[in-house]
Amino acid sequence: MPAAGLRELPIIKALLIAGAIGYVALILLLPLGAVLTEAFKQGSSAWMAAISTPDALSSIKLTLIVAAISVVLNTIFGIAAAWAIAKFDFRGKAALVALIELPFSVSPVVSGLVFVLMFGAQGWFGPWLEAHDIHIIFALPGLVLATLFVTFPFVARQLIPLMTSQGRTDEEAALTLGASGWQTFWHVTLPNIRFALLYGVLLCNARAMGEFGAVSVVSGHIRGETNTMPLQVEALYNDYDFVGAFAVASLLTLLALVTLGLKTALEWRHRDQLAAPH
Amino acid sequence: MVSSRVNRRSRLPGFGLALGTTILWLSLIILIPISAVFVKSMSQGWGTFWAAAGSPRALAAYRLSFGAAAIAAAINCIFGLLVAWVLVRYHFVGRRLLGALIDLPLALPTAVAGIALTAIYANTGPLGGLLEPLGLPVAYQPAGVVVALTFIGLPFVVRTVEPVLAEVSSEMEEAALTLGATRLQTFSKVILPTIAPALATGFALAFARGAGEYGSVIFIAGNMPFKSEIAPLLIITQLEEYNYAGAAAIACVMLVISFVLLLLLNLLQHWQARRHA
Repeated sequence: MPAAGLRELPIIKALLIAGAIGYVALILLLPLGAVLTEAFKQGSSAWMAAISTPDALSSIKLTLIVAAISVVLNTIFGIAAAWAIAKFDFRGKAALVALIELPFSVSPVVSGLVFVLMFGAQGWFGPWLEAHDIHIIFALPGLVLATLFVTFPFVARQLIPLMTSQGRTDEEAALTLGASGWQTFWHVTLPNIRFALLYGVLLCNARAMGEFGAVSVVSGHIRGETNTMPLQVEALYNDYDFVGAFAVASLLTLLALVTLGLKTALEWRHRDQLAAPH
Repeated sequence: MVSSRVNRRSRLPGFGLALGTTILWLSLIILIPISAVFVKSMSQGWGTFWAAAGSPRALAAYRLSFGAAAIAAAINCIFGLLVAWVLVRYHFVGRRLLGALIDLPLALPTAVAGIALTAIYANTGPLGGLLEPLGLPVAYQPAGVVVALTFIGLPFVVRTVEPVLAEVSSEMEEAALTLGATRLQTFSKVILPTIAPALATGFALAFARGAGEYGSVIFIAGNMPFKSEIAPLLIITQLEEYNYAGAAAIACVMLVISFVLLLLLNLLQHWQARRHA
């Protein structure tokens, strides 16, 4: 506890706390409340009806498919990248880490655009794809590619600092005792990183399900076919179907709140196993 | 312990497989696609490039995207510091809830944030209804862009400043106090310089995210060319007109600016690490 002179006067402290809470309420809580009030403006039966239209259900299904594929692929990649970067010494490591984090500084719209430039009708492979009747843009593969791009760093970024700080003595001991490489990974490394992995997967999934800008560019906005939930929100909103838009938005809000809740629970109970000690 | 780890070669298996997978995946998903932007933007020569990337409409869009991002990041530096200060220094009911809420903008899909903010700030909404009669319309104006980017940027400032603020040593503050400094002087002369690099990093992160932001902005912005049209939206407009080279040219400008920003950010973090050591 700091000495008396290092503490603010109680009135100043109260004002600062009130200011912080007021700002967070204005900036963050108000939008959260707005989604829920707008979604239930016409009662729960209207909400129920809005989320069970065929287009809404198809957007939910598509979102789950896109997120499942992207999260699994980026989790495998994240573990491989963290294994190489954290457990071995090689030149260019810092540059590799910077490249992995690159998608964070690219606009979501550009993240979608890159795949249109490659696979779109006028893109590099456009004519070839058309000749072979393969659909990437305005179809599921395009949505998955754009989602893979924006969620690329999430798992790797969580694992690299933790695995670096854990070193490789545990794994070396297991190998000395006769375990194979895969056995060492499954029984030694994975238990050591399980909470950080879960944390990374959680954030990766939230972004994958909620991504808007990147998938908006590659989707083509075909209702019931290539609209994910965030795109369905936009389509309904542009139709002035506000109850419908906010009803689908409320499902995404629920996803965000569950993600935040699980993330906070992990931070409270397993903080020491999430990140490298400072 | 540390030195033995660095000096001894790793005996673990799987290096080739892991690094190979990483580089292959990185190339396929990130590097080759990004290179497509640069190649495609040049596909019809410099003239076409500048006609799209340097057009008055594009310049107005960059000005709005980067200008609004800078204003929003500055607002978040002030209030983000306040929030971080309160979270680190004080114990009060609801502190943990406040801490957990800060990450909401990272978890809430941007389109959801966009329609929610529009509902609040449109003239039929709770705040828009109050502000518009005062001559301060927010929705469908450039001010709406700032509001959306303020929402998006808050966690970047708070999460960067928080750990550094927690480590400001009380000895230093005590010394300042003993030497007769007031609490306010201690804050401005001792604490603020210590956390300045973190604050600058938070600003840069919020700014970079805001400049490229799309989902939370387009619903509230109004999207009028030259007035309330952000750069990412202009890229989409070009694409819808099948002007791939034009879209790629504007994307090129955005990418180069964010790469320069990323470089500055790395330098900043270097500075921060040095000051901390």
